[in-house]
Amino acid sequence: MNAADWILPGVYLFVLCAVALPLGRYMALVLSGRPHRGSRLQRSIETKIAKLCGFDPNDDMTWPRYAGCVLVFSIICLAVVFGLLNLQGSLPWNARGFESLSWHLSFNTAVSFVTNTNWQAYSGESTMSALSQALGLTVQNFLSAAVGIAVMMALIRGLVGRLQVEGGRLPSTTQSEVFGSNHPATHLGSFWLDLTRSTVFVLLPLSILLAIALVTQGVVQTFREQTTVKLVEPVTGPDGTTIEDQHLPLGMAASQVAIKQLGTNGGGFFGVNSAHPFENPTALSNFLQLLAILLIPAALCETFGILVGDVWQGRTLLGAMLIIFVPCVVAAEWAEHAGVSQVLAQASGGDLSDVDNLEGKELRLGTSSSVLWAVATTAASNGSVNCMHDSLTPLAGLVPMWLMQCGEVVFGGVGCGLYGMIVFAIVTVFIAGLMVGRTPEYLGRKIEAREMKLAALVILIPSILVLMGTAVAVMRTEGTSVVSNPGPHAFSQILYAFSSAGNNNGSAFAGLSVNSPFYNVLLGLAMLISRFGLIVPVLALAGAMSKKPVVPRTTGTLPTNGPLFAVLLAGIVVLVGALTFVPALVLGPVADHLEFIAQK
Amino acid sequence: MSSRNSRSLFDAAILKSACVESLRKLDPRHQIRRPVMFTVFVGSLFTTVLAVDAFLGRGGESPWFVTSVSAWLWFTVLFANFAEAMAEGRGKAQAATLRQARRDVTARRFRDVPADGRLSAELHQAISAGQVGDRKELESVTASQLRKGDCILVPAGDYIPADGEVLDGIASVNESAITGESAPVIRESGGDRSSVTGGTLVLSDWLVIRVSTDPGETFLDRMIALVEGAKRQKTPNEIALDILLSAMTLVFLLASVTLIPFSRYAVDLAGSGSPVTMVVVVALLVCLIPTTIGGLLSAIGIAGMDRMIQANVIATSGRAVEAAGDVDVLLLDKTGTITLGNRQAVEFLPASGVRIEERAEAAQLSSLADETPEGRSIVVLAKEKYGLRGREVNQRHVTFIPFTAQTRMSGVDFDGRQIRKGAADAVDSWLKERKGEFPVSLRAIVDEISRKGGTPLVVTEGNRALGAVYLKDIIKGGIRERFNQLRAMGIRTVMITGDNPLTAAAIAAEAGVDDFLAQATPEMKLNYIRQCQSGGRLVAMTGDGTNDSPALAQADVAVAMNSGTQAAREAGNMVDLDSNPTKLIEIVEIGKQLLMTRGALTTFSIANDVSKYFAIIPAAFAGIYPGLKVLNVMRLATPQTAVLSAVIFNALIIVVLIPLALKGVRYRAVGAATLLRDNILLYGLGGFFVPFVGIKVIDVMLALVMGA
Repeated sequence: MNAADWILPGVYLFVLCAVALPLGRYMALVLSGRPHRGSRLQRSIETKIAKLCGFDPNDDMTWPRYAGCVLVFSIICLAVVFGLLNLQGSLPWNARGFESLSWHLSFNTAVSFVTNTNWQAYSGESTMSALSQALGLTVQNFLSAAVGIAVMMALIRGLVGRLQVEGGRLPSTTQSEVFGSNHPATHLGSFWLDLTRSTVFVLLPLSILLAIALVTQGVVQTFREQTTVKLVEPVTGPDGTTIEDQHLPLGMAASQVAIKQLGTNGGGFFGVNSAHPFENPTALSNFLQLLAILLIPAALCETFGILVGDVWQGRTLLGAMLIIFVPCVVAAEWAEHAGVSQVLAQASGGDLSDVDNLEGKELRLGTSSSVLWAVATTAASNGSVNCMHDSLTPLAGLVPMWLMQCGEVVFGGVGCGLYGMIVFAIVTVFIAGLMVGRTPEYLGRKIEAREMKLAALVILIPSILVLMGTAVAVMRTEGTSVVSNPGPHAFSQILYAFSSAGNNNGSAFAGLSVNSPFYNVLLGLAMLISRFGLIVPVLALAGAMSKKPVVPRTTGTLPTNGPLFAVLLAGIVVLVGALTFVPALVLGPVADHLEFIAQK
Repeated sequence: MSSRNSRSLFDAAILKSACVESLRKLDPRHQIRRPVMFTVFVGSLFTTVLAVDAFLGRGGESPWFVTSVSAWLWFTVLFANFAEAMAEGRGKAQAATLRQARRDVTARRFRDVPADGRLSAELHQAISAGQVGDRKELESVTASQLRKGDCILVPAGDYIPADGEVLDGIASVNESAITGESAPVIRESGGDRSSVTGGTLVLSDWLVIRVSTDPGETFLDRMIALVEGAKRQKTPNEIALDILLSAMTLVFLLASVTLIPFSRYAVDLAGSGSPVTMVVVVALLVCLIPTTIGGLLSAIGIAGMDRMIQANVIATSGRAVEAAGDVDVLLLDKTGTITLGNRQAVEFLPASGVRIEERAEAAQLSSLADETPEGRSIVVLAKEKYGLRGREVNQRHVTFIPFTAQTRMSGVDFDGRQIRKGAADAVDSWLKERKGEFPVSLRAIVDEISRKGGTPLVVTEGNRALGAVYLKDIIKGGIRERFNQLRAMGIRTVMITGDNPLTAAAIAAEAGVDDFLAQATPEMKLNYIRQCQSGGRLVAMTGDGTNDSPALAQADVAVAMNSGTQAAREAGNMVDLDSNPTKLIEIVEIGKQLLMTRGALTTFSIANDVSKYFAIIPAAFAGIYPGLKVLNVMRLATPQTAVLSAVIFNALIIVVLIPLALKGVRYRAVGAATLLRDNILLYGLGGFFVPFVGIKVIDVMLALVMGA
């Protein structure tokens, strides 16, 4: 590993921050409905959509209503996608004549896309018709991401009181006004409006821009479902026939890839995801997609800061994420670069320190960018891949697994990563607040028993799902018979699958054949519970916080903006994540690594 | 009761009863109230079963190992019980002392409540003569028969049988049973010294008292219940922390229990070794869950109340103690808190055309018979500054005019001279009545004194104003520094005073308070508190008078002076037995200390887990994957000693931290950010490293014992 390998991660982080901050400011304007240059245009579009869909844009929901809308909307989405997939064979726009999906794969996939997980127990180009891809999956890529942003906006409103005053004056959010106003808001805004705003003004424009950029790089975007090319050198098949043609699957990849990355969905158009040359052809397309993975989650931190009236509140959360993210990148890069020499140095007798582990990687993309992608895609709950995580060295594979187990709060999914991080901030404030001798408060609102209960639920549920799911799987033959490796690596494969589903990531370790009723149902349930089992308490938390009077800040108040709090928050995330999964990780990747290096 | 303040942390008697009590607390009904310790309790029961099993040759672990783990788990539970019993023991010892004061004395009850509470002149005389033995108006009843509203007579030498309010009479009362202060206090009807407490002794004269509480609800009863912790309920913050700890317990329970299937599967995969045993799973679980804070949590709460009692403050609930830590605004009475009670004369300022000696002499004469501290200070000043010696005053020619609320002046008539001194406006009207004139130059002097924060006292003779005496408020030493500390803690101090705004502003500036409320009336105080609270602030105040009670009831932390009226004591949520208004600052510190102790031990407890993983995980899994031995960074002797030393450390650390839990962590008046950083370094990093050392030391000792 040499200095050049660090250039990409360095440039990446710099560009990410440089783009995320202005994007965050833009999102703060359009999501809150504050006056800006395009306010009138935005307003008229919103009104038209509201009229079309029949909702009241000035609605102001209590938390149970808001949660009810999220659930009803998601259930409808679930039913639609399930229907599309389960009836695929009899539906139009299916040029290659794919059969309908089995009930369990339909269920798993529908849940997976509605919950923004995008776990794929299938391979896109050999399973999905154009209709399923476009109307089922791509639509959900937008909507599930938009739901995440909507819930986050509701939480922000709960934390600072009402942000959006329709059609006119808005509270300016200077420090004093936000913390000084003592009018408890009880309402969290309109879910439908939030959904519209995040889809129409954030996800759509960004996706169009990115899709166009990707098309220029050669990502395919066509109504044709496949093309046939003559092989340069015909091959003879096992039965003696000569094969001269190759059918290359095509489709509307660019449009789906753009939102797959921006919406932290991760579900690839093709089975091998962004390792496929039609999905990720060049170094630039690779960089743009990499950027898109973390872009909105990072930018939302800035949005949060602006909306609560103190940008440093948001940047502190971003800082805490980076405090965890950067060492993870360094550790994974190191493990992946050092892996070969760790195993082979003695055997070959030569200097192998410059030889990277290239198994499971696209040679076009190389080790450095593949590892950076692996870390980014699991830090955000994206799950798209440009290399096979199963082939990473054990320690490099541990990093993505552990990042998911942290609860998907290091960037995390769009919206849900940030609301998860805010919940962690509340727990951190509670512990740290005690240490300064005051009833803990976050953004001026006291953290008491009810808030603690809800925060504990949000943190508990993913851990329970991962541990219980893995335990069930290793106790059943349906669970253990489908692993593809011996030894601790087999355990890693199962643990990885549940870490991914239980935290709505969708990243796959590969190697585990999961398209079976057992895994489809179990992982589907894990995804469902992990999504809605968190959204409901988060909205309840928003409701509880909104009713609290605002305590003015004094020098006796624990500051929640600044490096000290960022470090502390990162520490709590790491402790809760790390401490829970240490034993499991020891039996998986750590044991794997120790056997791996013992082979020399 | 000076023993209250000097009882040592580990009093032998308390230690002994705490040992007994910690066994009694093994009752599951008690254990279930503390989720973390209940988990350990169940774990102990389970390992006991496992130990029996091991002796029967099942379970795959050696019997002595399972027995030792089981024993130390029991010790963990016992140590936590012990901590709680220690904290309670201190309260119980105090309750015992208090209970001695609650004797069932005979009371003399009026058959009919006297109209307006006044005694007939004839009964008055009889009492004064000490003849109350068999008056027909009175009946003898025991104290327990007294009810709210009854009227009783308490002559000298009798114990006051119940709490009440003085209707008539004046007496000196020994309240040492309650306050620990042996000097007697005066109790009289009306005003702010009218409330009496059951269990106190009337030393001289007599009192007619209207009983204000039913038996069992008296101040003494409530105090006993409070210090005993009998009615202790979990406070809001304690509940929130309990939820967090329970959630962590649940996560770690899952993390430990799932190790059984995980390790079975690992054995299948590796084809060697044996799955982790039940006893190791339980040991890991107990080591991971936050037992340190879980075991000490209730002790910390009880000790917080106890520290209030050490400071001679009785809090009516733990909630109030907790709220004290959150206070943002302190309302402090000027007199007694910020300034010394007495003002001192520092200068005589003559009106134009008056010689200063004449002026000084008049002032001295007017004050010779004035026994108030202000009056005396005038005489002293006249002597020191102008060489005027105190003169023999011939009683026959002299009439002293005492201060009354109507005239608001005092003075002396002698040799036909009428000398008066008083507040400027009172003197003004006095002069007007006598066709005198209040000189403009004197008005300027008066204003000047006010501006400087002093109290001007104008002296007149006949219808001529001679000049003003500059009475100065003396700011208490060190109070300014105290306020600076409070400011650093984020607490605003507000001075409450009856002075005019000019004077108040000057004193406020000198004392360094953040704000003041001048010419304060009870309504103004109440409104000020409401205003602060509507801005989200928590307000603390002290009060003693009946007219303070609305404000006391409104304040979040309301400290009533024990010397105050019954109404004030009812309205407050704390009673300061010393009646010391400065106590408020101490109360805030105790409240903060309580929360900080919880926070520090929680952090310590969580940080501990890292090292325990390093001790137990290699021990548990090295049989399956031998490579995992490299994780044994502490180089612990054997898997058994590794597990056992982690469990032993986990149990012993509770005992080691009992003094910290009882005394509370050190509180310094610095900003939140600094405090947080220091505490994280101390308890976070400390909690990370200490167990590495501790477990290693225990392991070395275990290896020695087993080797021998």
